[in-house]
Amino acid sequence: MIQIDNLTKSFGKFRALDGIDLHLEKGQAVSLLGPNGSGKTTLIKSILGLVIPEKGSITINGQLIRNNPAYRANIGYMPQIGRYPDNMTIEQVIHMIKDIRKEQTNYDEELYHSFGIDKIKQKKMRTLSGGTRQKVSACIAFLFSPDIYILDEPTAGLDPVANELLKDKIAAECERGKLVLITSHVLSDLDGLTSHIIYLQDGKLMFHESIGQLQERTGEKKLNKIIANILTNADSKQICIS
Amino acid sequence: MLTVSKYVFLDLLKNRSILVYTAVLAILSFTLLGLDGNSAKGLLSLLNITLLFVPVITTLFSAIYFFNSLEFIELLLSQPVKRTGILLSEYAGMALSLSAAFVVGVGAPLMVLLPIGASFVLILTGVLLTFIFTSIGLLIFVISRDKTRGIGAAIIVSLFFTLLFDGLMMAFIFSFSDYPIEKAVVGMISLNPVDLARILMLLQLDVAVLMGYSGALFKDFLGSSAGSIYSVVCMLLWIVAPLMLALRIFRKKDL
Repeated sequence: MIQIDNLTKSFGKFRALDGIDLHLEKGQAVSLLGPNGSGKTTLIKSILGLVIPEKGSITINGQLIRNNPAYRANIGYMPQIGRYPDNMTIEQVIHMIKDIRKEQTNYDEELYHSFGIDKIKQKKMRTLSGGTRQKVSACIAFLFSPDIYILDEPTAGLDPVANELLKDKIAAECERGKLVLITSHVLSDLDGLTSHIIYLQDGKLMFHESIGQLQERTGEKKLNKIIANILTNADSKQICIS
Repeated sequence: MLTVSKYVFLDLLKNRSILVYTAVLAILSFTLLGLDGNSAKGLLSLLNITLLFVPVITTLFSAIYFFNSLEFIELLLSQPVKRTGILLSEYAGMALSLSAAFVVGVGAPLMVLLPIGASFVLILTGVLLTFIFTSIGLLIFVISRDKTRGIGAAIIVSLFFTLLFDGLMMAFIFSFSDYPIEKAVVGMISLNPVDLARILMLLQLDVAVLMGYSGALFKDFLGSSAGSIYSVVCMLLWIVAPLMLALRIFRKKDL
């Protein structure tokens, strides 16, 4: 579904992404992990066309994404920090996004109702807390039931109830054969949700494996244990890149 | 594409800074027009206010607003839309709401107290300046890497056009006064939208004494009507050129 070949991007002297090759398929819930500054956000932004790669190509559903904004109709994006115009109400923001995607009229408003956003839709964005804004971002990402979800730190700032609701929603969408790409620093949130792990370090792809493979290799069950195990072993021996 | 402009416009109409800007302009206009029995004098004072306030406020406010909308622009760009479309509609929303503030703040008092032809020209001048400096604000936003530098650049650029440019021009005229520099001076004026606006207005008022050296030259070379057309065309170019440049740069910008 998403095919990335030799993706390279530098900011000045800094190599944010260095020859990334990836292939992501339908029905996968892929976690994108790595330390700060490892290139996670740059990779996501490259897929969204917000960052323009120097070398390499990204193909989504067989279409090259360069100079072709139409592919984004298949993507729902939830940014790490959602900031909206101060004086717009929640309702106006959602209307605006619907107006932009006029062709798509099948709305998935499950989160909109379960988060209780419908009850506060007249509130101005300026008055909302960080968590509520995060909920609005989530509603927008899921609104058009796209084939691909790109969620950048989706659970940061959410209360436990909303957190569970969002995780259930993500799991349900995976069941329906959607591709979900998540970054998060809270590994426990990803447990039981993800099917594959991508680990980036210094702009390089360290590994891309399924949870099953990783559990077998490390002998651990929990995600945070698996990652800790790999990282400690990485010091002594080179990680094999599959 | 225009849908985004509509929402930006609605958001800005409720913006506190815009409301204050409108109110200050309205108070100044009423006082200045009410003070003098002489209408031309009031109009001239209002012109000077316009020439100082509009460029500075417009450049600063638009640059700050664009920087604050950066995350929102990113979200919009993750939708199936073209980059140029989003940037143009942000521009249109901003320019239209600032123009609306000017038309309400200065235009309405003028229409009530002094409904003559020159008043219309002043309103047109203000709106043109608003569009020009919104363009420049957008260009600064697109070029600058971070907000602090961008705002610094906005302050410097707006002060350059409102204050510094005239000083440089004076220095130029003084040091080359022995040479035939008339044509060069007319050319130099075209490089400053604020001067173009001033001359456009003064050509209507026919107050040659107040036009200064450059204004008198302008009239001498081009005559009133040709001069007006020339300055309007130059001002339109001042809207289009920075806007086109901003769009070009934005197409390849990493967000």
